[in-house]
Amino acid sequence: MIRAALLVLLLGAAVPAAAQTIAITGGTVATGDGSEPIAGTVVIRNGRIAAAGPMVAIPAGATVVDATGKWVTPGIVAGFSRLGLSEVDLSGEGSDDTEAGNGPFSAAIDVAPAINPLASTIAVNRADGVTRAIVAPSAAKSIFAGQGAIIDTGADMDPITAARRFQFVELGETGASKAGGSRASAHVLFRNALREAAELRRYAVPIASGGAGEPDESDRPVVRDPNESRILGSAARRSEDVLLTRFDAAALVPVLQGRQYLLVHAERASDILQVIRLKREFPLLKLVLVGASEGWTVADRIASAGIPVIASAVNDLPASFEQLAATQSNVGRMGAAGVKVSIGTIDDNDTRNLFAQRQYAGNLVALRNVPGATGVSWGEALAMITSRPAEAVGMGREIGSLLPGRRGDVVIWSGDPLEGASAAEAVFIDGVRQPLETHQTRLRDRYRYLPRRDLPEAYRQ
Amino acid sequence: MRRGGLGGAALAAVALSALSGCAQKPPPRAPAIPINEDPYPSTYVRYPGVPTVIRNATLFDGEGGRFNGGTVILADGVVQAVGGAELTAPVGAVEIDGTGKYVTPGIIDVHSHLGDYPSPGTESHSDGNEATSPSRPEVWAEHSVWPHDPGFSRALANGGVTALQILPGSANLFGGRSVTVKNVYARTVQGMKFPGAPYGLKMACGENPKRVYGSKGNMPQTRMGNIAVTRATWIKAQAYKRKWDAYGRKGGDMPERDLAMDTLRAVLAGKILVHNHCYRADEMAIMIDLAKEMGYKIGTFHHAVESYKVADLLAANGICSAMWADWYGFKMESYDAITENIAFVHNSGACAIVHSDDPNGIQRLNQEAAKALADGRRARIAISDEVAWTWLSANPAKALGVFDKTGSLKPGKMADVVLWNANPFSVYARPERVWIDGALMYDANDPKRRPVSDFELGQPGEGDTK
Repeated sequence: MIRAALLVLLLGAAVPAAAQTIAITGGTVATGDGSEPIAGTVVIRNGRIAAAGPMVAIPAGATVVDATGKWVTPGIVAGFSRLGLSEVDLSGEGSDDTEAGNGPFSAAIDVAPAINPLASTIAVNRADGVTRAIVAPSAAKSIFAGQGAIIDTGADMDPITAARRFQFVELGETGASKAGGSRASAHVLFRNALREAAELRRYAVPIASGGAGEPDESDRPVVRDPNESRILGSAARRSEDVLLTRFDAAALVPVLQGRQYLLVHAERASDILQVIRLKREFPLLKLVLVGASEGWTVADRIASAGIPVIASAVNDLPASFEQLAATQSNVGRMGAAGVKVSIGTIDDNDTRNLFAQRQYAGNLVALRNVPGATGVSWGEALAMITSRPAEAVGMGREIGSLLPGRRGDVVIWSGDPLEGASAAEAVFIDGVRQPLETHQTRLRDRYRYLPRRDLPEAYRQ
Repeated sequence: MRRGGLGGAALAAVALSALSGCAQKPPPRAPAIPINEDPYPSTYVRYPGVPTVIRNATLFDGEGGRFNGGTVILADGVVQAVGGAELTAPVGAVEIDGTGKYVTPGIIDVHSHLGDYPSPGTESHSDGNEATSPSRPEVWAEHSVWPHDPGFSRALANGGVTALQILPGSANLFGGRSVTVKNVYARTVQGMKFPGAPYGLKMACGENPKRVYGSKGNMPQTRMGNIAVTRATWIKAQAYKRKWDAYGRKGGDMPERDLAMDTLRAVLAGKILVHNHCYRADEMAIMIDLAKEMGYKIGTFHHAVESYKVADLLAANGICSAMWADWYGFKMESYDAITENIAFVHNSGACAIVHSDDPNGIQRLNQEAAKALADGRRARIAISDEVAWTWLSANPAKALGVFDKTGSLKPGKMADVVLWNANPFSVYARPERVWIDGALMYDANDPKRRPVSDFELGQPGEGDTK
């Protein structure tokens, strides 16, 4: 029965479901914008949030979901992940698409076609309330890992919310290693790559003239596919001393033009400052720092540069020489200095344990009761795993909060979602109620009782 | 008959000559010289404490007992008394008001690589796997442990961990001896060693040994190869044990010593406890039979993500399972992990342990237990908070053979105690104070009671809250 229901979802019940009006009533509602939770109602109409708050009326004809005693939040946004790229990480040949160590390309790599919406990892995270993810490739031979996507975790065959939303580059220890062994080499490689992109830039489409404020997502949803651009045509001439393939250089043109975000992984304070300096040389870059374990030591400079950070929430070990100053107070201290911080799982079970983010966020709240530590408020902690990562990649008007107009990604929790002990009891993505079954729940039900029966366990379905 | 008669006469002649030989009194066999079984003895000495009384706290005694508004008295390094408000404190004891707070036995991590895979994780520090042969019972983890690993302090201050077992890695079928330590910094590993704790032997099933050696074109390359090498090694150990047991009884020339076989012989004699890395249920069943075939007992299966499939078998054989709350799928043998595993194992009557295998996870074992507990309750298994705490202290203490000394708050046991600032099954709780052997080793309100490893001196963030 349940599998039949899943099939219906997969095979196209999505459209009528999304058109439904749903009212979630009686719950403790947290908007995800940094505010604290309050008793209220959430209304989803045509797949988007229509209203959320204490004085919201239930529209006529709405399907009412009673959330009395429950908590209601936007779906969790995995701030930095490899979700959907790997079924099994180690010795699971054929199921891991996180990196292409033997391939010829780097910056041109686009994760979108590799995402498998039926990966068990997507189902497991969906069942725990993760509804969207920022998905980056892993760097293989170059400092440039390639282009990442924003995905949803819905039980359907259309996982991509925004393809080629950003380029991901390594400019710390990993970058040094990919560049042949030193940070100095990594920085030369970086500049050379952008030089090669600059050469092709004049053949590219011009940058749209900037309007007032943030561009609306619907106006400029994603970068046009650089692989279809004129910059790949024979007219686009290149110098002879090039290191990058034409595809890789072309892929960096939108980065150079500020039409595609550049996520930069750096942990050490001095590496972070070097990233900030890139803005002077390349003023159009739309930089986002990833990692930043030592960010608190230079937090004022990150803040004044206006660069958002997607940080590891609870790194507190000198796990490497680029993280000597790591502390769980990093996020709180950066936030206090005015940095826009969100939480990701950087090289931390990033293909599969994105659900851990809400527990990490809870740990940051716990720090408020530790003398000498800097924590964050509950509302801000939730924002760091919902709206803040969305905003870091310019998707804040689409996903990550319960503000009107956002996509209808809503989770009803058994209790406080920042407690690992709480569970997602209902998950909506684009207004569609999702199945919460996984490989794991099926095993759980099969082995709940062990005494021998008339047939082997393999017959228990 | 005739031949037999002749033979008999001849034998009698031989016997006569032997008797006469005996009469000549050859030098007697030298008595057996005992082997030093503790050549790197613990030099740990508890630090001084003051008599301390915590009152009005919610108290989990670690054996399933709970006191609301409870009192615990610590003095002379041990738990003196546990009970209600009626307990009277020794004269001059420090009184702590535990209102709104929780007291538990210290957390014991049965599976850690702190010290042998320390931070920073450089190649120079990579000392956990002697991956040069699938059978390396001769190596001892304590000879790899760097006592200045910054991770010990995080486990103490954020995790409330008071003791831990440091194991060799799982590249080998026989990884070597483990060491159990008090989570107290010292200049030497001997200074951390838990006094009187038995050694453990790390063994491994499954993917890791066959991958490491198979990729080199060596045996084992398959799971059947794993088992064959394991059995062959035990057969050698049995022969070695017979030889040494005979020497122990009769004396004579000392047999040649073999460090690898010394360890396995001690396992066969029940002196060293077996910690078997084994993910899959079918492999656990094979290892259980293998242990019976070879005459040893498996104490604990580690990373036992599939214990729930054979929880009845584990209960019947008295084997503990050391488990994560929700790690899954990172390799094929972890593909069938479920979040109800710990609760299902507990519910079957088998011994369940929450373990970390991770320098970050060791800081949140209480939170991992909380998740496992909640998932169990959602599967309609009724487990109280105070009973679930057995997964964190008592059961790991049993698995390490130190439950007579620590792991619960019983009078006379080591005063390894955590005062939490809230219910430790909440994500919002942190240790406020941690005592080890009655000495206050961490106090959130006193920066001088926050250890700083040698490595971190003079570095950015020295002495920071971590």
